[in-house]
Amino acid sequence: MSFWSFANPTRFLAVTALPMRAAFWIAGLCLAGGLIWGFFFTPDDYRQGATVKIIYLHVPSALLAINAWFMMLVASLIWLIRRHHVSALAARAAAPVGVTMTLVALVTGAVWGQPMWGTWWAWDPRLTSFLILFLFYLGYMALWEAIEDPDTAADLTSVLCLVGSVFAVLSRYAVNFWNQGLHQGASLSLDAEENVADVFYHPLLVCIAGFVALFIALVLLRTRTEIRARRLHAMRLRERMADA
Amino acid sequence: MLRLIGRDLTLAIRSGGGFGLGLAFFLIVVVLVPFGVGPETARLAPIAPGILWIAALLACLLSLDRIFALDREDGALDLLATAPLPLEALCLSKAVAHWLTTGLPLSLAGGALGVFLSLPWPGHFWLTVSLALGTPALSLIGCFGAALTVGVRRGGLLLSLLVLPLYIPTLVFGADVARRGAEGIAAGTPLALLGAVTLGCLAGLPFAAAAALRVSLR
Repeated sequence: MSFWSFANPTRFLAVTALPMRAAFWIAGLCLAGGLIWGFFFTPDDYRQGATVKIIYLHVPSALLAINAWFMMLVASLIWLIRRHHVSALAARAAAPVGVTMTLVALVTGAVWGQPMWGTWWAWDPRLTSFLILFLFYLGYMALWEAIEDPDTAADLTSVLCLVGSVFAVLSRYAVNFWNQGLHQGASLSLDAEENVADVFYHPLLVCIAGFVALFIALVLLRTRTEIRARRLHAMRLRERMADA
Repeated sequence: MLRLIGRDLTLAIRSGGGFGLGLAFFLIVVVLVPFGVGPETARLAPIAPGILWIAALLACLLSLDRIFALDREDGALDLLATAPLPLEALCLSKAVAHWLTTGLPLSLAGGALGVFLSLPWPGHFWLTVSLALGTPALSLIGCFGAALTVGVRRGGLLLSLLVLPLYIPTLVFGADVARRGAEGIAAGTPLALLGAVTLGCLAGLPFAAAAALRVSLR
């Protein structure tokens, strides 16, 4: 038995039922715990006051917005190379979750930016590249919707995802060119020097774990839905054939 | 390949519309801007390079869905696909033909139309250079987008949604070259990056377009 045997839809449905439920529970617990801890049991920042607490939503959603696209890229590659249907459906399932995360990051950023920077929006490299990422998600989802045949749609969106990834990275660095940043640097990184202060750091980690679990749970749920929807479609077609 | 480019050029010129439409659109956008923002030189000059670039980009976008759609309608695309010419070369020739009919006239007209927006004098040169260097990338990206949407009914709107985010790097670097040129600052770095984008598109996108076309024609 190899890893690829999970690409069988029936097996996928059977195997993922339990992890999905577990991921939902973990997400619920972590998010409730992390958000309550973050909102009520950490001090206000000495410069930013209470507004600092938006990082518990902003940072995890921004992180996942990028990683969701990356996951779609990997899934698209698997579809193009090995043609496992579940992979293509997983990429399709991840797109709406990813676009929501992008939107959450943009909106929380705007809400935070208004009191802190005095503006809802600035044409700053980081903000702008997120807006562009949002456009990429919209185009990707629109292409999925526009094409009737599921295999053709999977092929074309995969190619779009690949090309889009290259251009997404390119835009990320292109936008650095015409305005310099308002956004602060990384608030998290592996070398601890750049991290935010410990009081905010630990609840933030819990929130990130919660968001990741939520992402996994939602993608699994949507993938399972897509598989079932496709089966339903096949059954309908068969019935119509039998009638005719 | 050359014959295919020649055929597309002849079609574009004789059938009308395709050839002049982009230029006319470019002219209209440029003429409309002073009505929108006010005709003072002090206001127009700083935004002129960006406006000219955006107008050129939109004019390019306008003619994209003609790249494959017309050939598909009369069945010529299937014949071309079964011809001995590889699909990658077909996509490349289509992109070249598109550039010759829209990108090249736009680059030539861009410098002249700069007068309407009181573009500072050295800006004309840099605008022409950046358009000449950047519009091939626009044609190549557009060819890829057209290949993606060729099987979709009324894919024009979808095409613009797909292609516009891909246009952003080209627009950023191209407008930056023109702006720096107009202000008299050294424009070498964005120019090099613009060239890099174009060359990258040239190297990769015919293959992506051919892959998309293969799926669409299946």
